[in-house]
Amino acid sequence: MLKQRREAPAIFNHIILSLLVVFALLPIMVLFFNSVKSNAEIGSNPLGPPRELHFENFKTAWERGKFSRTMRNSVVLVIGTVTSVLVLGGLAAYSLARLKPPGSDGFMLYMLVAATIPLWLYLIPLFILWRSLNLLNNPLGLILIYTATNSPLAIFLLRSFLISIPRELEDAAFMDGANKLQTFFRIILPLAWTGFLTVGLVVGLGVWSEFQIALIFVQLPEFYPVTTSYFAFASRFGRDWALTSAAAVMMIAPVIIFFLALQRRFVDGLTAGSVKS
Amino acid sequence: MADMASSANLEGYQPYKKPVFRRLMQRTIIPWLFILPILAIHILVVAIPSISALYYSMTDWKGIGEANFVGLANFKRLFTDDPVFLKALKNNFIWLAFFLTIPFGLALTAASLLAQVKRGAMFYRLVFFLPYIMPSVVTANIWQNLLSPRRGLGAQFTASPVGEQLVKLGMPDLGIPFLGRTETVLLSIAFIDNWHYWGFLTILFLVAMQNVPLELYDAAKIDGANRWQQFLNVTLPGIRPTLLFMLMMTAIWSFLVFEYVWILTQGGPAGASEVLGTYVYKQAFQRFDTGYAAAMGLTMSSFAGLIILIFIVLRKRGWDI
Repeated sequence: MLKQRREAPAIFNHIILSLLVVFALLPIMVLFFNSVKSNAEIGSNPLGPPRELHFENFKTAWERGKFSRTMRNSVVLVIGTVTSVLVLGGLAAYSLARLKPPGSDGFMLYMLVAATIPLWLYLIPLFILWRSLNLLNNPLGLILIYTATNSPLAIFLLRSFLISIPRELEDAAFMDGANKLQTFFRIILPLAWTGFLTVGLVVGLGVWSEFQIALIFVQLPEFYPVTTSYFAFASRFGRDWALTSAAAVMMIAPVIIFFLALQRRFVDGLTAGSVKS
Repeated sequence: MADMASSANLEGYQPYKKPVFRRLMQRTIIPWLFILPILAIHILVVAIPSISALYYSMTDWKGIGEANFVGLANFKRLFTDDPVFLKALKNNFIWLAFFLTIPFGLALTAASLLAQVKRGAMFYRLVFFLPYIMPSVVTANIWQNLLSPRRGLGAQFTASPVGEQLVKLGMPDLGIPFLGRTETVLLSIAFIDNWHYWGFLTILFLVAMQNVPLELYDAAKIDGANRWQQFLNVTLPGIRPTLLFMLMMTAIWSFLVFEYVWILTQGGPAGASEVLGTYVYKQAFQRFDTGYAAAMGLTMSSFAGLIILIFIVLRKRGWDI
């Protein structure tokens, strides 16, 4: 009797939650279904599972969407941004967590205020500045912007990770004659790597999916990352549901693989910026 | 002291100078050198352009050629002589109303149900979070198809046996171009953006709910509170900081929205889904009315700033935010 009374609300919960699962998952499933259908089949069966598998959709989409080029462009942006955020942001975070030079509180305050400045405020002058510096249609131009926009969150997260590392280990390294830079790379980095991995994943995902800045700062197709390239592709082949679905699947495949493999770090990292402790 | 003064030659001075310099090096210069690179990049990308935005917003610059100082004329034009801007602003307020209610309702429901579930909890968390990591261009494309007039969800449902019966009972035909009609377009885009957003909110609320002490629920049960009363009197106060913080963030984002609108409709049809973001983009990068667009960007940002200010004031007044 008691058990039944406890089970009843749980079943109610599972029913509602399952409906929400359908809401979240169905669109993604339809995308995967349609990526392997022929267009004729999509006409008669737009939402259900495929009857025949047309894997050649991926090859066609890869070639027409110029994926070998756009994927390379995006990988350059992701690696460039993640590296610079982790190295430069990590150094700054280390300085804030351990060395605390005079005036570093002012730097923290600057980053805190800067984190609230919307892109729309500085977008237009930044575009003009980048044009005069020849940084439009230039991977370096995007990497600099992404590094800047990601740096406040990265610095605060990394700083809190670094503070949690026992100080004695660094003191021991200093005693052995290591300088600050060596200590950072040899002692701190290996110990704080989970923090760095979390920040790297969040930043990497953000850059891979980023659309607005790429749309504005890259206008030549040969420098398009996957997002703006897919946008142009979907506008051109919008009626070809099979082809655009196959292209979308190729674009999200790396994201989903990383997410499933490292879901905890993703969720922790993506929610860390918003949860106040 | 006397010793120091008497040995004030080069050799005697050296041992005193070195430690001071080394201390400065160790305590100040090297630590600041660690901070400097990222600070320099940030100042170049954010600070300098933000400050020059103040200047550009008071000029009539067209992107090239000469810029004339026009004072506050751009701002005057925005609020008195630009129906598109006012229409976009109105759409941003509709967007705000949508996003402060629908995703929060969904996420609070999902999170409070999920907080009580043990079996399958990880699975639900994973699935609810999945839409949040989809790139906007992909989400937009999926829903463009699912909301299309003939092959979409609405059309398929209307054509199904259940749908046919419901149509006979007065349900409207759902096989309409949701994104192509002026009366449905804005809410359809908001619906799509929300599909991507609500799961993220759910996980945030779930984390907050798991930090609410269980004893509070036990005490409420002893007092005879039912589930709804427990939610109102224990859960909501318990997650209040997260809830209010996310209300503030969501309100800010509502004035800055751009991606989903641009990808799906570019503000159309007939300006029905124009928001401040798409309008600034058009003014700046298609019509090259640079000074005017900068003024608009500044205005949008001050709406966001105003929301932060409201929260700071409420906090100063003793609200626990």
